[in-house]
Amino acid sequence: MSENLPAGAPAAGLPGVPSRDAGEAGVPPVRRGGAVRRLLRNPLGALSAAVLLLLVAAAVLAPLLAPQDPAASSLGDAFAGPGGAHPLGTDSAGRDILSRLLHGGRNTLGGALIALGIALVLGVPSGLYAGYRGGRFDAAANWVVDLVMALPAMVVLLASRAILGPDVRALMTVLGVLAAPSFFRLVRGIVAGVRTELYVDAAKVSGLSDARIVARHVLIVVRGPVIIQVALVAGIAIGLQAGLEFLGIGSGSAPTWGAMLNEAFQNIQRAPLLMLWPGLALGLTNAALVLLAGALRDGLEDRAGQAPAPRRAARRHGGTVPAVTIAACGDPADRAGLLSVRGLTVAYPRPDGGGREVVRGVDLDVRAGEIVGLVGESGSGKTQTAFAVLGILPEGGRVTGGSITVKGREVVGLPERARRGLRGGTVAYVPQEPMSNLDPAFTIGSQLTEPLRHVLGLSRREAARRAVDLLRLVEIPRPEQVMRLYPHEISGGMAQRVLIAGAMSCDPELLIADEPTTALDVRVQAEILDLLRRLQKDRGLGVLLVTHDLGVVADLCDRVAVMNTGRIVEAGTTERVLRSPEDAYTRTLLGAVLDQAPARSPWQPPKARSATA
Amino acid sequence: MTVTDAEAPADALLRVRDLRVSFPGKGRRAPRTEVLKGVCLDIRPGETLGLVGESGSGKTTLGRAVLGLAPVDSGTITFAGERIDQAGRARRRELSRDLQVVFQDPYTSLNPSLTIGDTLAEPLFGHGVSAREARARVGDLLDRVHLPADAAARLPREFSGGQRQRVAIARALALRPRLVICDEPVSALDLTTRRTVLDLLLEIQEETGVAYLFVTHDLSVVRFMSHRVAVIHHGEIVETGDAGTVTTEPRHDYTRALLLAAPVADVAEQRRRRRAARASAGR
Repeated sequence: MSENLPAGAPAAGLPGVPSRDAGEAGVPPVRRGGAVRRLLRNPLGALSAAVLLLLVAAAVLAPLLAPQDPAASSLGDAFAGPGGAHPLGTDSAGRDILSRLLHGGRNTLGGALIALGIALVLGVPSGLYAGYRGGRFDAAANWVVDLVMALPAMVVLLASRAILGPDVRALMTVLGVLAAPSFFRLVRGIVAGVRTELYVDAAKVSGLSDARIVARHVLIVVRGPVIIQVALVAGIAIGLQAGLEFLGIGSGSAPTWGAMLNEAFQNIQRAPLLMLWPGLALGLTNAALVLLAGALRDGLEDRAGQAPAPRRAARRHGGTVPAVTIAACGDPADRAGLLSVRGLTVAYPRPDGGGREVVRGVDLDVRAGEIVGLVGESGSGKTQTAFAVLGILPEGGRVTGGSITVKGREVVGLPERARRGLRGGTVAYVPQEPMSNLDPAFTIGSQLTEPLRHVLGLSRREAARRAVDLLRLVEIPRPEQVMRLYPHEISGGMAQRVLIAGAMSCDPELLIADEPTTALDVRVQAEILDLLRRLQKDRGLGVLLVTHDLGVVADLCDRVAVMNTGRIVEAGTTERVLRSPEDAYTRTLLGAVLDQAPARSPWQPPKARSATA
Repeated sequence: MTVTDAEAPADALLRVRDLRVSFPGKGRRAPRTEVLKGVCLDIRPGETLGLVGESGSGKTTLGRAVLGLAPVDSGTITFAGERIDQAGRARRRELSRDLQVVFQDPYTSLNPSLTIGDTLAEPLFGHGVSAREARARVGDLLDRVHLPADAAARLPREFSGGQRQRVAIARALALRPRLVICDEPVSALDLTTRRTVLDLLLEIQEETGVAYLFVTHDLSVVRFMSHRVAVIHHGEIVETGDAGTVTTEPRHDYTRALLLAAPVADVAEQRRRRRAARASAGR
């Protein structure tokens, strides 16, 4: 594990390595240690780190800093106030408080360190092993951990003090054992998740040993949460230790903050100020640890936030901003009766204040009883166009220009309530991933009837009857039984039929389907396409079909619009566009289709091949 | 359908015989789910065998079993004359020199916190290549998959899906393997990107003579990529043959149904297929 690949800068200095090697030019994008920098940029994080550092330094340097021996007492100076040789005064035995505070910090923090060290040594490796390998060790370890977690910590500590004697280190060792399960569980859970990642499989296939895979791929993921847990457990250890000492069952002789508190409490009438110093030290340390843990978590989460946004952003019902310039769109007679889009632009805010346009001046028409395909590759803006029509652009996105009319009514700038009414009634939506759009906790029946009762105000029985009719409409056999099933009990194709049934529940006139068959097998896809075709024929439904698959377009669509980088580059009847495309991009797209590509010729032995070549 | 040893090539690089794989059922007493039910196939050096099937057919499991990532119940997997179905960890590590993989999802198959250079050097370190040589090899690999040399210092999130898949291909090639399992390598990619990645795989095969087990659900892709095609359905191979034959004159009903269900980008032709599919389904 010693020779980690020096990525970027460190490699440039190696003798014999050409200077342009190792990508000096491209160094900046590597952001290791970024979490530390973010932590220090957070004022609370920087402050708590500084306070902790100061406390630790004071404790470590106690023998040098303390004005005298913490045990040296002079009864004549008992309860002396601050000043002179004793900056913080003396306690009931005339011992110097500052010296005791510094040495006490040494014992208190040292004790916490012992507990932490033991917890880490026991918890992390066993968690790594159990999570990565699973099996019998995992089962046994879990059993032990459950047992340890079931023990009341305070009682165990008291009992072990009675057996092991008044020694802080022994007590802290026991505490470390008691705290180890929290690390074990944390690490095991994370590792079990990472183990199934494809990049771990890839590393296995690359021939890396398990130790190496853990070091390279697993530790990096575990690191952050463990650091946060360390801060929390340290706080708990210090608190517990102080608690024990305060009750007078710690180590009798050595100065600790808890023992100082105990002693101060006994003299609280005579010298209340004695409480202040150890209390302050304990409070400061614990507050700093908790704040540091919080700042660390924020720092690490911030890092996650920098990762690329999920490919399919969460759909939030972001209302469109009314400040829209509605373009003058020529003769309204040109526009389709059902859905008509003119000059639509959609933009997302950029960090620098500007806007990134993802849809730029799109014109689109869907007439009643017509299926229109909107084709493009990822990032072309086809889904954004559909979302804009539905009024469900993800957070931040807004329509910045153009006009959308549904049955002649302008919907851009419409208040959210009216928009919702439109979505429930005239316009319906079929999403791409059927499974993730059904709630696994409810039956199909309850998911279908709920909106019927809510939107149409049907009674429970009427809604159930209507739902069965809908399932029959989408050709689901034995609909009464399917009503009682949960989403995980049905196939993907069936789930998509259920979603189409849901979309049909309010008798819409326009159906917007976003890649409705992309997640399905081809035979199921053919069935769903047949279903959509039948619905369109029987009910005169207009369909806007968003897809990347030109085969699906050829199968289903009357007309097609091809989108590239936010614009419609070509539109026309499906037959014309697929047969004689006019735009260069459409031609590229059709050229990439492999339908007409010749099958690969049969294999020939290498020798014969080189002879013919 | 089984492959008899008489019709099997004698010079196979990979030979799978009567392979059975099952996974534990849900619940304690549930019966095990059989995913592969006696699969046989052969791949010769430099050959591409396309493995086509729908989701749940066992096609991915077959690839994972060959790689040692799925447990083998019975049957044999022979690679270059050596039984590898029960190979231990140490032997598996050595085998990784010859046997590699490209996964479907280029978003999760690269560790997001390692630079592209680190990811590519990973298999090299596993086989004792020095850091300096590894760096030079990483440059070569990036060049081979047509990525810029400065890509080594960057993180996966700075690349598109197609570029990431090129990185995954480069990683698979790092040890100059003799067989690469390609598990739906282009399914997550856009149409135009898909074509360039397929062309890259073909180009690499021409240059290095590597063999591919090309797992996919897409018949048009498999037809374009493979010398031979095997169709898998419910854990059994129902048909094998030359790509041209299987994709134009399929013998098995399932293959025919699969073929007719895949829509083509031509309105008249697609209408004809739809009728044919309906006719054959109504039979």
